[in-house]
Amino acid sequence: MQGFSYSALDGLRLVATLDLRLWEIVGLSLAVSLSAVLAATLLGLPLGAALAVGRFPGRRVAIVALNALMGLPPVVVGLVVYLLLSRAGPLGSLGLLFTPGAMVVAQTLLILPIIAALCRQAVEDAWREYEEQLRSLGVEGLPAALTLVWDIRFSLVTAVLAGLGRACAEVGAVMIVGGNIDGVTRVMTTTIALETSKGDLPLALGLGIVLIAIVLALNAAADMVKEAAQRRVG
Amino acid sequence: MGLTRFLLALALFFSFSVDAQQRFITVASTTSTEQSGLFRHLLPVFEQKTGIQVRVVALGTGQALDMGKRGDADVVFVHAKPLEEKFQAEGFGVRRFEVMYNDFVLVGPKSDAAKVGGTRDIVAALQKVRTAAAPFASRGDKSGTHFAELELWKAAGIDIARDRGPWYRDTGSGMGPTLNTASGMNAYALTDRGTWLSFKNRGELVISVEGDQRLFNQYGVMLVNPARHPHVKKDMGQAFVDWVISSEGQKTIAGYKIGGEQLFFPNAGK
Amino acid sequence: MILPLRLDQASFSAGGREIIAALSLEIGAGPNTVILGANGAGKSVLMRLMHGLLEPTAGKVSWHDADRRRSRRQQAMVFQRPVMLRRSARANVLYALQAADVAAGERERRADEALREVGLTQLADRPARVLSGGEQQRLALARAWALHPEVLFLDEPTASLDPSATREIETVIKAFDASGTKIVMATHNLGQARRLGDEVIYLHQGRVLERAPVDQFFSHPASVEAAAFIKGELPWV
Repeated sequence: MQGFSYSALDGLRLVATLDLRLWEIVGLSLAVSLSAVLAATLLGLPLGAALAVGRFPGRRVAIVALNALMGLPPVVVGLVVYLLLSRAGPLGSLGLLFTPGAMVVAQTLLILPIIAALCRQAVEDAWREYEEQLRSLGVEGLPAALTLVWDIRFSLVTAVLAGLGRACAEVGAVMIVGGNIDGVTRVMTTTIALETSKGDLPLALGLGIVLIAIVLALNAAADMVKEAAQRRVG
Repeated sequence: MGLTRFLLALALFFSFSVDAQQRFITVASTTSTEQSGLFRHLLPVFEQKTGIQVRVVALGTGQALDMGKRGDADVVFVHAKPLEEKFQAEGFGVRRFEVMYNDFVLVGPKSDAAKVGGTRDIVAALQKVRTAAAPFASRGDKSGTHFAELELWKAAGIDIARDRGPWYRDTGSGMGPTLNTASGMNAYALTDRGTWLSFKNRGELVISVEGDQRLFNQYGVMLVNPARHPHVKKDMGQAFVDWVISSEGQKTIAGYKIGGEQLFFPNAGK
Repeated sequence: MILPLRLDQASFSAGGREIIAALSLEIGAGPNTVILGANGAGKSVLMRLMHGLLEPTAGKVSWHDADRRRSRRQQAMVFQRPVMLRRSARANVLYALQAADVAAGERERRADEALREVGLTQLADRPARVLSGGEQQRLALARAWALHPEVLFLDEPTASLDPSATREIETVIKAFDASGTKIVMATHNLGQARRLGDEVIYLHQGRVLERAPVDQFFSHPASVEAAAFIKGELPWV
């Protein structure tokens, strides 16, 4: 039985020899997850902010439901999106199933609650501080929510990174709606799952390390951008 | 500023989903077939000849046929003859063609607690495993392999649903994970030769039984019925079916080897 | 013209307590109105009722102009702690102007004028949040100035500031007064009330006990509570 570190080194060596195919897989993983994060951010930030600032019947229920959806199992999201996009389903004529587009849709749905719920909490905390002044200036509702989102944007970076982490890490949704098609919809996580099931554990481990390194690099980059921007506006 | 970013995002999104340039078909097949590496060897030949990209979604046999029923695939390529014939009879497939066969082998621990090593008789071997209550890992996932395993228990006169004990482990997963489990538990398992040859985590497992006629595993290919699902790419799908059973396709199949060993034996039209 | 502001038996209760009790009041144009009272008398709540940040739980609060948007646009309020957006000082003033639907070119002009008026031109491009407390409060006044409001509400504007910053703020308030803006200010700083106020409304436990010109209030308070307050003693709440 090989030691863990031996497997890991072995794996990294194997990964180094994969070159082109590996970088295609890495590129697709990033393209899918980053697109999903972008879409979920564009939709989730206004949603969370509106929920924070708005007052309507059933608001507390909506907040609890949104928080609960953060724990959506990826495989369930994958299954639901599959049923929607299948030819036998309502959106089958879009022909999206087994394409990267379907993977982006599934991941967007998966991480939208995370970004929206965390944004909701942050905006609600900020609203307590800003509410009187903004309302005095005649700013309420959605315009106030969006002003807050922009003002607390540095805190929201963490929410977005949480969504990114979830998207990069999940395998259940992209496996089902993408089909793990060689050269078309195969991403890092599905490759790791595949190599594990083929018994090629060192390679799977090596890929895992590459994936973690990439996510770490993305987080580091986000942190640097945030620090630089924050220094400029206090 | 915000608008530009939004439009950029939309463009990125749609660039993924619109495959207007690429001609392709979707083939539903099984995980064991894909993991054997056959497609990496076979498909480029077809693609170069016809310019049609073949996208294989690899699932369990049940799921693959289900994909065909839903119209999410253009062609199904699996190895479970009774299920395939039912698929065709119910009108989901146009016509079934035999393509090739490979074989299953029984793998087990070198220590061979059930003393089956060296026999060619799979039925006798399974009876010995049952008698010795030796650990056995089953796929349990309604796949072609699982189906074949159940048929063999029946042939051995064992009602496995009733006679199973703690020695019989249902993993409910694909061939690879089942072999991982067998390797980890030093258990016997029925596997297709292709997966076994590429499986790297063998532990103490070796081939215990092979060569029995009853271990042969027949593959069939079918075009999904365009009468049922009008969007099916019937011309390109038919081209694939025709090529796979043509002499060129058959020769390509025979040419696939792992470590010098041929994995699949073409038998279309025989 | 949105003045006069009329409160008609206005009450405000929260958490089971009645903070403002059936108060009737009319605030007209002209004199600087200072609202005095001990902590907990209800000054802040009264200010917010008048400015429209709180709705009365009973009774009415109405301006001469019934159009709510127009009457809101003619008011501005400065709070004890200024709340600035994470942007430059100038951008904060521009934000208020944009919220008031002022045209783009006009916004820049008014923002520069307002910053000049409060003496913040040098700091206009600094992030608002790194300015000192006194500077931020001046910025809040600049933001209000740019809107050219008819009425300026101030809720204890210098309570968190040191004496020199307080003096700077009072200078700006005097400038507002000179330009014709109606001042309504709550404070517990008696010296400030004397310096800036023309009339005093004395609030005690949610009720108006007295309303008088400033000199008269300080020299001859009509009620026991007001007298005690002026003397600096804490009334029994």
